[in-house]
Parts: sequence; C-alpha cells; structure tokens
Amino acid sequence: MKEYKLKRGYDIKLIGDATSEISETPFPKRVGIKTTDFVGLKPKLLVNVGDEVKIGTPLVSDKYNEKIKLIAPVSGKISEIKRGERRRIEAIVIQTDEKQTSEKIKIEVKEPKREQIIDTLLKTGLFLSFKQRPFNKRANPDNTPRDIFISAMDTSPLAADDKIILSGNEKYLQKGLEILSNLTSGKVHLSFKIKDKPVYENFRNCEFQAFKGPHPAGNAGVQIHHISPIKNAEDIVWTCNVQSVIRIGKLFLDGKFDPQIIVKVAGSNAPEKKYFKTAIGAEVSTITGNISADARIISGNVLTGKKIENDGFIGFNDNLVTIIPEAKDAEFLGWLNPGFSKPSWWRTFVSAFLFPKKKFDHDTKIFGGNRAFVINSNYEDVLPMRILPSYLIKSILVEDIEAMEGLGIYEVAEEDFALCEYICPSKIEFQQIIRQGLDLMEKEG
Amino acid sequence: MNFLLKFVQKFAPLFEKDGKFEKLYPLYEMGEGFLFILPNRTKTGSHIRDAIDMKRFMITVYVALVPAFVFGIFNSGYQHFLSLGIAATFWQIILKGAIAVIPIYLVVLVTGGIWEVLFAVVRKHEINEGFLITSFLIPLIVPPTIPFWQLVAATSFGIVIGKEIFGGVGMNIFNPALVARAFLFFAFPKSISGNSAWTIFGDKIADAYTSATPLAVISDKIADSGNIIEILADKGYTLWNMFLGIIPGSIGETSTLAILIGLGILLFTKIASWRIIFSIFAGGLVMSLILNAAAPGKASMLAIPFYYHFVMGGFAFGAVFMATDPVTASGTNTGKFIYGFLIGVLAILVRTLNPAYPEGMMLAILFMNAFSPLIDHFVVQANKKRRLKYASQ
Repeated sequence: MKEYKLKRGYDIKLIGDATSEISETPFPKRVGIKTTDFVGLKPKLLVNVGDEVKIGTPLVSDKYNEKIKLIAPVSGKISEIKRGERRRIEAIVIQTDEKQTSEKIKIEVKEPKREQIIDTLLKTGLFLSFKQRPFNKRANPDNTPRDIFISAMDTSPLAADDKIILSGNEKYLQKGLEILSNLTSGKVHLSFKIKDKPVYENFRNCEFQAFKGPHPAGNAGVQIHHISPIKNAEDIVWTCNVQSVIRIGKLFLDGKFDPQIIVKVAGSNAPEKKYFKTAIGAEVSTITGNISADARIISGNVLTGKKIENDGFIGFNDNLVTIIPEAKDAEFLGWLNPGFSKPSWWRTFVSAFLFPKKKFDHDTKIFGGNRAFVINSNYEDVLPMRILPSYLIKSILVEDIEAMEGLGIYEVAEEDFALCEYICPSKIEFQQIIRQGLDLMEKEG
Repeated sequence: MNFLLKFVQKFAPLFEKDGKFEKLYPLYEMGEGFLFILPNRTKTGSHIRDAIDMKRFMITVYVALVPAFVFGIFNSGYQHFLSLGIAATFWQIILKGAIAVIPIYLVVLVTGGIWEVLFAVVRKHEINEGFLITSFLIPLIVPPTIPFWQLVAATSFGIVIGKEIFGGVGMNIFNPALVARAFLFFAFPKSISGNSAWTIFGDKIADAYTSATPLAVISDKIADSGNIIEILADKGYTLWNMFLGIIPGSIGETSTLAILIGLGILLFTKIASWRIIFSIFAGGLVMSLILNAAAPGKASMLAIPFYYHFVMGGFAFGAVFMATDPVTASGTNTGKFIYGFLIGVLAILVRTLNPAYPEGMMLAILFMNAFSPLIDHFVVQANKKRRLKYASQ
C-alpha cells in the first residue's frame, strides 16, 4: 500500500450534514433514467410512451455505439419522455408497477469470461457505471482499460460516506472487485483515506492506495495523477464508484439485478438529513418530500451536481442529494460588510479570523459580476496536481490544441477544477471551459 | 433593502439595449454593483461560490494601503513644519498634510475614473475595480509637491499607455501606477528627483533641515572617509527614523512601519503572494551581502547593510504593493520566486552601482514586469516537459 499526503486543496465547510442512520423508503412510483447523466452519449429512442417495460428492457441506445444502452431498472409503463432543447431526449420516465418482473438475462455466475461480463453489464445497463479517462465520458466496451480506479473516499462537501454504504455489503464489494479485475489488462486500484485502512485492507483482487488531504484528494482524477498518470489519448483508464462496484458484485453473486441504492440526503434545507434506501433513478420527492421553491435540490454535491426539481430524478451514479437555499436578498453596500458569516477560501472577511472553523449556510449566490482574469497562481493552491490551471484554461480559450495537450488536458476532468471555479473572484466558469476543452481535444486531437 | 433595489432597477431599461443611455450601461452596472451584491443565482458549474468578488478583492488592497496613506498625510505636514523650524501641534500637521495630499488623490482619481469609464463605454465592458487601486497607488509614489497638471499627464499616460492599449485590466504588461511614475521621472525629472521636490517648503528653511532623501544623501556624499552609516546619521537618518518614516520622500513610501501593517493585511487575506514578497527581500539580502563583501571601504555605497536598504526609498513599498500586482507579476507559483528574487537583486544593484537613478526599485519592478512572461514561459515549458517525459515512457 502506498500513501499519498496531499496538501493543496480546500474543504468547504457546510452546515446540514446527515447522521449515519439508514432509512427504508416506499418503492418509488416514478423512476427516471436520464441521458444527460452520461457525457458522450447520443440517445436514440427505443420505446414509446405507454410501452410496458421490465427490468432489463432497453430504453435508449447510443448512436455512437449501439451496444451501449440505457436499461429499465424497474418494471412498469413508460409514462413520459422528457425532451430538452431541439427535442433532444433527456429522460425516460417509468411509472413503476412494483412487481419487479424481469426480462430473461443470462448471468454467468461461475468464473465468467471478460466478454460474458461485458455482455451482462451491457444488458443490465450497469456498464454505464464506468467512466473513461481521458475526456471523462461514458466508457466504451470495445476498449480494454489499462487500469480501473475506484475512489472510496469522496472528499466533496457533505459527501456520502462510502463506509456506510459498504457496511453489510462487503462480500458484494469483494465479488465486484474480482469481476472488475477481469475487465482490465492492468490492475484495479482501490483508494481510501489513510485512517480507513482497517476497513479495506482485507479485500483482494485490488491494489491499495491511501490518500490524505483536503478536497479534491478524493477525486479519481487527482488520484490517477499521483498513482499512474494518463499519458496520451490512447492511454485509457476507467473509473467507478464504490456503490456501483457493490451493485456489480451483487449482480454476479446473486445472479439477479437489484435496483436498490443508498442515497444520502444532506444540506441545510433538507428536512431529514440521513441515508435512504431507494431505487436507481427514483423520483427525488419520494425520499425528500416536497421542497419549497426557495431551496435548490441538487443530485450530487454542491460543486459538481445537477440541479433537479421536486419531480426530478436522482442521477444514475449519484449517491448524494444536497438541498441548499437559493439566493434571495440583495445585500446593500455588500462590499463594505465586514462579513461575520461569509464563506470564503480567501480571508478578506472577519469570519476568517474570528471563527476559522465555522460552518456556513451557503446559498446559491454568485457574489459579484464577471471580470477579466486577474489572479493567476492562487488556483494552484486548490488543485493538488502538477497542472497549471490558469495556463490550461487560457490554452482552451484560445483553442491551442498543442498547448492543451502539453499542459495536461488528458489528465483532468471538470470536477477537478470545481474549487478553482469556487474561489475565483472574477467568477470564471472553469468547469464549463474544461468541458469545452475536453470535447475539442477529443474531436481534433 | 429589496425596495431600494427595485427603485434602482427601475432605471435599468434606460441603460439596457435600445434604452436612451444604452452606451452608458457600464456606469449603471457600476452603480448597481456599488450599492448591492445582487442575489444572482448560479446557473452552470458549481452551485455555490466564494463570497469574494473583484470589489472585495480590490477593497482589501485599498484598506491595506490606508496606513501608508494616512502616514503620508502626517509626514507631509510634519516635514513642512520641520523645514520651517516651527514646532506645530499634531492637528496643524495633519491639516497641512491633508491640504497637500488629498487634492493629489482627487486629481488622480478623477483623471483615472474618466479614462476607465471612457474605455469601458467604448469597449463595452464592465468598469473594472482595479482603477481604484491604481488611482490610490499613484498619489503614494509621488512627492507632495507635484504640480497637478503633471499629475494629470502622468496618470493619463499610466492608464492609457500602461494598461488600456494592451486591452485593459488583465492584459497589461506593466504596472500602470509605476508606468505613471516612470513617466514623471523621465518627463519631469525636476518634480520627482533632486533635493527640493520632497518637502512642501514654507517661506524659509531651517538651517538644520535636510531636504535630500537618504538615497540622495548616499549617492552624492562627498566624504571618502568615515562610515556610510554615520554619514546618514549625521543628516538625521537613523535606522529607526527611516523605519518610522519621518523623513522626506514620496507620500506613501517613507514609513516601513505603515507598509508592514499593509503587508500583514495582504498576507493574512491571501490577496498578495507571499512568494513574491519573500523572494524580493531574499534577493535584496543576497545582493546587499555580496556588495558588502565587495565594498572598498566603510564609506562606500556598497557598504550599506541590507536592513538599511529595506527601509530606504521605495524598496518596501514596491515589494509589498507594486511587485505583487497579480496581472503584471509572474503567473506561476514557481515563477513568482524567480521574479521576486530578481527584483530584489536588481533594485539593490541599480541603487548602489548606478547613482544616477537612486530609486532602483521602480526600475527593477518595471524591468521584471517585462520579463515575467519569459519566466512563466520557462516554468510552463518545464511543466510540459515533465509530462512529455512520462508520456513517452
């Protein structure tokens, strides 16, 4: 086991963390599978409103790779197809019948071969648990990844604790690791916090990597950078979260697809702050109840998650729902405010030296207008990688492919730059720019 | 306060597209932003954002400059009465200083503001808060006797040639305030060098009064024997006096104590880079020690100890407030060490080996401003090379 101690980064202190209690919830009436959860997927509709579906019925296929399909995780009837701009398919909504009847899927339980595993994962839709680097998009089943990386230490604000999700599911994680080790030509890397070593050290079929440090030390991208960096566009690795590995393990150990997930609900406006058992793609209000319009529901964490409404659905690979207040009131002469309760990485507010440990009720205010790039190297202080953030961003803005490559575009994902975006006084949209850069690089590179 | 916001926003349509004053929209944006932090919500990317914005950022620099400004007011008055040989009360001193310094600030602020608004309107961009800092820095690095018309010319030159022609804030190569000072230095040398520029004289000059700055004293010393420290002390320039700043000089740069208070604010708030400031002093220290070793005698300029260099002239002020401008400084953390170190080395070199320009700090910073893109280029290349190395394994 190798230990990595990362210094740079920042933990945003938010109020509204959850207890470790896990509650059962009634089976959701509506389940939605969102095409927008998967970067790089071009949806082609395979079902219509009114169709009956079972577990395992394909809903949407990917025009770029017909093998990749979104699969119904529950049985019931298609009640709605949500479309966005230019009629792009955004989500397939299933009215569940709670019978959980299943299509016939052959699952090779005893020593499955690589092709059989991939085939089973594709047929159950669980293949979409994998993301691929470089370019941080849905994985391609035709590639054999050099390594697979699993981060069992989400360091983002209010993140779900993988130890709680794991508890009682150890045998499934073990099976999952075994299955995953058949998919790569290299190793499966399992990384965790140094202090969590006793929880993980007995698992087999994986390499252990232990990290210590503030967010984003738990990001897969940061860890890959330190363990074994991505070299070029052809150097493909996959990433996957712990809950997905458990689900895959369950599939092969029990021989049956189980749509159950554990989701943490947190944030200052969350009515019940704890963990819930529900189904993949559950309508969020089945676990949170109706949330008033002056709060924002986020599937995922506050830095990288997606905004959803009360009738929206939990993201396919998300294990956290965060609910925080929306920005409401203008602040008169705000620049003069000494700032007794202002959240900031910088220390220009009184709160920084009066209460350095204070947790904040953070709303969705942008605080200020867009400005020219002024600061530069401060971004390096929140990115524990040998990457020069402002130079990479500028190379993307001027579309200099060669510079982007040299500055490490293959190694990064949007989420790694979320803190740069957070601390930026010029309010520059780092994550969006990185996405543009990744798309451009893939097209032109 | 929402009712007040609603009242202000009633006027918004006048400034928006097809409004009567469409062209003046940046002015409206500035006014609205000055009065309110708007409850604008995040739409893309991170759902929460740091409470800092450019206004807060610049206000913090402004606050850090206030001690130097206030001391500048005091010292301008103090030097005036000292030169007259009159014992004045504290309030007389402050009044005299305020009458001299505040108009200088207002002239620079109005001139700078007009240019900033003009360029914002023509270029259709927001008014950048940086001009507040530039127009606060310029008064602090000129003598209290500066004629207003020269000040207007220098401020205009600094902002237009130093900043706007490069594309405005964030694109400029040189620190605009230093460009303004360099303009004064070369265009009107009499107003900003020599022995008569630094004090507001009255109708007589007391015999004991030294009007030359410490740097001027050491550069035109006549004696070849003796000790350079004693020569300075003879003129009243002890280390303590220079640290406190009760000596003639530019308005804001004399008091190392006031500058240290500003330094504390900038470092605590993370606004200024400690890497730059630390390396400047390190560079100054190393160069002074080398020169000390090479000094032919104790009377030589080369024999000045490093702690004298740190409290004389604009060394401390330049290190804390000028070299740390993030736009013109080196843009990488590694580069900042090199950039700062070379500023320290050059400032001491120019000061001691080229007495025609006793104020080496200004030139050292401008010179390194020009070289910071080159330093960054090498740091960036090193970053790329390291990546290429493991990519080709």
